[in-house]
Amino acid sequence: MSGSPNTRLLRKALLYVLLGAAALAILFPLLYALTVSFMTPDEAARFPPKFIPSGLYLDNYRTVLERLPIPRYILNSFIVSGCVMLAQLVTASLAAYAFAVREFRGRTTLFIIFLSTLMIPWEVTVIPNYQTILQWGWKDTYIGLIAPFVATGFGTFLLRQFFLTIPKELHDAATLDGCGSLRYLLTIVIPLSRPALGTLGVYSFLQTWNQYLWPLLVTDSKNMRTSQIGIAFLRTEESISYNLIMAGVVLVLVPTIALLIIGQRQLIRGLTAGSVKG
Amino acid sequence: MATEQASVSVPHARGSSRLREWQATLVSLLYLLPSLVAFSVFVFYPVVKSLWISLHADNPFGGTSDIYVGLDQYKNALSSPDYRNALKVTILYTLYTVPIGLLIALTLAVMANLRLRAISIFRVAFAITIGVSVAAGAVIFALLYNPSTGVLNYFLTRLGLPSVQWLTHTNTALWAIAIGTIWLGLGFNFTILLSGLQGIPEELYESARIDGAGGGRMFFNVTLPLLSPTLFFVSVISVIAAFQSFAQIDVLTKGGPAGSTNVVVYSIYRDAFFNFHSAYASAQAVILFIILLILTGIQFKSLEGRVFYQ
Repeated sequence: MSGSPNTRLLRKALLYVLLGAAALAILFPLLYALTVSFMTPDEAARFPPKFIPSGLYLDNYRTVLERLPIPRYILNSFIVSGCVMLAQLVTASLAAYAFAVREFRGRTTLFIIFLSTLMIPWEVTVIPNYQTILQWGWKDTYIGLIAPFVATGFGTFLLRQFFLTIPKELHDAATLDGCGSLRYLLTIVIPLSRPALGTLGVYSFLQTWNQYLWPLLVTDSKNMRTSQIGIAFLRTEESISYNLIMAGVVLVLVPTIALLIIGQRQLIRGLTAGSVKG
Repeated sequence: MATEQASVSVPHARGSSRLREWQATLVSLLYLLPSLVAFSVFVFYPVVKSLWISLHADNPFGGTSDIYVGLDQYKNALSSPDYRNALKVTILYTLYTVPIGLLIALTLAVMANLRLRAISIFRVAFAITIGVSVAAGAVIFALLYNPSTGVLNYFLTRLGLPSVQWLTHTNTALWAIAIGTIWLGLGFNFTILLSGLQGIPEELYESARIDGAGGGRMFFNVTLPLLSPTLFFVSVISVIAAFQSFAQIDVLTKGGPAGSTNVVVYSIYRDAFFNFHSAYASAQAVILFIILLILTGIQFKSLEGRVFYQ
């Protein structure tokens, strides 16, 4: 930046105004949902719309929690997302380790097969998968929600890229010291790869948390619904007013937004690390 | 050839190295086994099965039948005005969401990459929609678009503009969903692009500055070329995501009004799980898959030359 101190200051102020305006525009839908969730039914239905509620009207939260088992929905989402995340971390670490560190016949072919799964959209797989889950009696169960997603081509690719950045000499030295290949993975590769594992963890957790069509198809009972389905049904099924719906939306959003705020720096760092070596 | 020669001089070593090689392959396959099993059951088998279903007749009592009909389902789909409309809507929707979404995310990422005090607060704000699920985001947009008390129409009227029948008019419904989708995708696109920007070595900017490059030239000559692999990645992911959008349409319009938001994925869902035309739906899915493959291929071909790898 050049120019006199005054123009530099002006430029900086202008940048902050731009940043602030962009942040406000992006946050507006969320902030508005939050304020509506504290409005009385009367306030929420008013036009011109109110932006600030007259007080913290907590009845919305009470009512919506009475009408729907929202904590149960959130718990279901946590169980399913947590299990998918753990499973993906395990399967992807094992596969990425084989692709990045080990040498074996057919490695390239198998790697291409793994990558090809990224190209296949779920529209093509959803009907047979639904039939499989029905046949195995997994409808309306956690395992039915989890099983189709335990492996990940994207995650394997991401971790492989990171594992490749670990110096090969480390592997040679460890092997000379008599370190077995699984022990090398567990004691050297995994601890060194925390940023990449963190990125994959956050990514797969959020991805599963956001799932909509699959839980819509394989859950029937109210108690097995995930939070996304619960929140969509809140709008389409029950004819209730927006202040209540937004209370439900806020309850469902809190865990993931908190996770994002905590994990964002990690996410960026992990992605940067993953993209350094191609 | 080299091993052949070695084996002549040391015949013993050949056998044991081969054995070791097989052993290494076997152990490696064990590492791949969990993923391979899961992919086989839930990705590869379903793809083959979908192709099989799409070549057979529908079972009027639900499920699938084994009456072979060749490409009839595909012919039906391609000649059906509804399916053609769905394809058109899907392509329009992709054109509405991807370029605008990328442009906004890139602008935000460039701004958030500046060295300013408290910049991390803005970074969290710009990334926030990663934490917003599509279903919850769509429900919030239903509130914003509400015809009677909606805030967006209130803003428009305050600006002296006519109010819009966002979700209830055939001209605007697809745009309304596209706007919500752009907002929902911003956080992810922004985060990836920001991490790409942070991967650009500082020295390159410094040497450009020494060469007397200004902000604009620096952006077009240093930032954009070095960011091109990331931009390329985000654009491919965004196109794939646009082709698979479902929740926002289910929540906001259910494909209406008059099919104006009936993207192919929604049409597949209706045909497979409500009308019990699994075979017809599978054919639609396979056609969509082929289109997606061609589009990704075109993206690779046309951008490949322009993407700059360090």
